[in-house]
Amino acid sequence: MKTKRIACLGLLIALAFVLSYVEYLLPLNIGIPGAKVGLANLVVMVALYTLGKKDAALLSVVRVVLVGFTFGNLAMMLYSMAGALLSFVVMLIAKRAKLFSITGVSVLGGVFHNVGQIIVAMFVLETASLLYYLPFLIVIGTISGIVIGVISSMITVRVDRLFDIK
Amino acid sequence: MKKNDYYLIIGILLVTGIVVLTSNLISRNNSGSAAAAVVTIDGEEYGRFPLDKDVTERIELSDGAYNVISIHDGICEIKEASCRDQICVHHMKVQYDGQTIVCLPNKLVVTIENSDEDDIDGATH
Repeated sequence: MKTKRIACLGLLIALAFVLSYVEYLLPLNIGIPGAKVGLANLVVMVALYTLGKKDAALLSVVRVVLVGFTFGNLAMMLYSMAGALLSFVVMLIAKRAKLFSITGVSVLGGVFHNVGQIIVAMFVLETASLLYYLPFLIVIGTISGIVIGVISSMITVRVDRLFDIK
Repeated sequence: MKKNDYYLIIGILLVTGIVVLTSNLISRNNSGSAAAAVVTIDGEEYGRFPLDKDVTERIELSDGAYNVISIHDGICEIKEASCRDQICVHHMKVQYDGQTIVCLPNKLVVTIENSDEDDIDGATH
């Protein structure tokens, strides 16, 4: 069973990596720094609901490091890591609280991904004026969270049997 | 989707909407004639540019990167930048107190600040 788990995880990491690349090629240029669709979060959500929290956390961290080294720079990696970690912790709490479905969890993940990035950017640039962007980023995070949540709930239902490794 | 999901989504959008509206109103009321665009690079102030004077300034950074900021008709915008994403160039023009343009790759921040600190007296007359 261990081999299957490694294979599944490898597959999902590759998928998250490719989705990050797609997003890198097609940036969302609406004049707000840090605004992203967060396609890779789709994979993290599916992993969280099919493989479990440990594997999903591993996937999230490995993806950020891989993408950071390949397409970005150290500063970019720092922003994504803060966003990824904060959003993952919030998603875990939201999932465990059992108040929301996969869509609600994904919305919270999207919102807190942006919040984490802004917090780090505020420290890096040593300015509080970035708070000005927070409302816009929260709205974008909510919308992308809804989209990602709906899609990942559809995927989760279908792949749950394939990844039956628990 | 559960009912709670809808509450969450509507709640988030409502709260941010209210915050944006009120902060917009406040900053519009606060914007006097003494407003200036304050440019900071990597946390250190680079310069202040009063909004009532038309100026175009090319800001060179140590590693060859640059941003061109332009002030005209009381509004401020970034005309050119050396970075890849060009987010600051596409950013809307700023003119009200607290509005900000950032260029993350160049660690450059432009914030509109009202230099007269006596806000309350300024608002009453």
